[in-house]
Amino acid sequence: MEAVIFFVGAAAALAGALGVIVARNPVHSALFLLMTLVSMSVFFLLLEADLVAIIQIVVYASAIVVLFIFVITLLGVDEKETRIEPLRFQRPLAIGFGALLFAQIVVIAGNDWATGQRSVVGPLDDDERSGNVRRVAETLFTEYIWAFEITAVLLVIAVVGGVILARRSGHRPSAEAGATS
Amino acid sequence: MNLPEITATYYLILAAMLFTIGAVGLLLRRNTLVMFMCIELMLNAANLTFVTFAKELDDIGGQAIVFFTLVVAAAEVAVGLAIIVAIFRRRPDVTADDINLLKG
Repeated sequence: MEAVIFFVGAAAALAGALGVIVARNPVHSALFLLMTLVSMSVFFLLLEADLVAIIQIVVYASAIVVLFIFVITLLGVDEKETRIEPLRFQRPLAIGFGALLFAQIVVIAGNDWATGQRSVVGPLDDDERSGNVRRVAETLFTEYIWAFEITAVLLVIAVVGGVILARRSGHRPSAEAGATS
Repeated sequence: MNLPEITATYYLILAAMLFTIGAVGLLLRRNTLVMFMCIELMLNAANLTFVTFAKELDDIGGQAIVFFTLVVAAAEVAVGLAIIVAIFRRRPDVTADDINLLKG
């Protein structure tokens, strides 16, 4: 049963990932990305990471993809992306290096484990304090408390930076084009 | 029909494939929004690896790390899309070839 779910999900995830880079319309790319992200949360459920699966749906599939689609509709769908590559060997080199990268990941990761130590931070399930949400929360707020606090700083910086970038430079493209061209 | 038992290797190879597809897409596409989606794909593949090893090594740390990756992805999307919107105000399209001068 697990095998069936895995292979169906893997097919959906790979099809979605290929769709992202093949689709000409960015909206279609975003929807293919959504397909990959949802099938990824199925894998998280199979791997007994319940909280991560829910967060994947809520944050990635909802917030981030909606943000992408919002920006695409704000900017207008740009389908005139040129198929003619300005750099001569870009395409074959990109695919070649991609194959090389895949081979490297599989060979290196297959042969060398970092340590292979088990349960360094803590076991997945504890007899006394069971439940995935509880275990993850305890780890986040004890072992990783400093990283968690720095995360808050990072988010504040990102939000402030986003607001500043969006507010500054109120030039209109039409006025700019008329003045410079 | 007998199906194989799904071990961690299957998940790791799937994650490697998704990461590679994301990297190749990043090199092939010229639309900055699609390039961002490819980065999301690569981050997600890394997340899948983390969760796989959390299960394989029975370590809750692998699942906790995913949240930090998620936060970095969210911050990156917020800033990156703001940059794209700021560029779009000056230029009418969002292909990477048009922003090769590192100036507005």
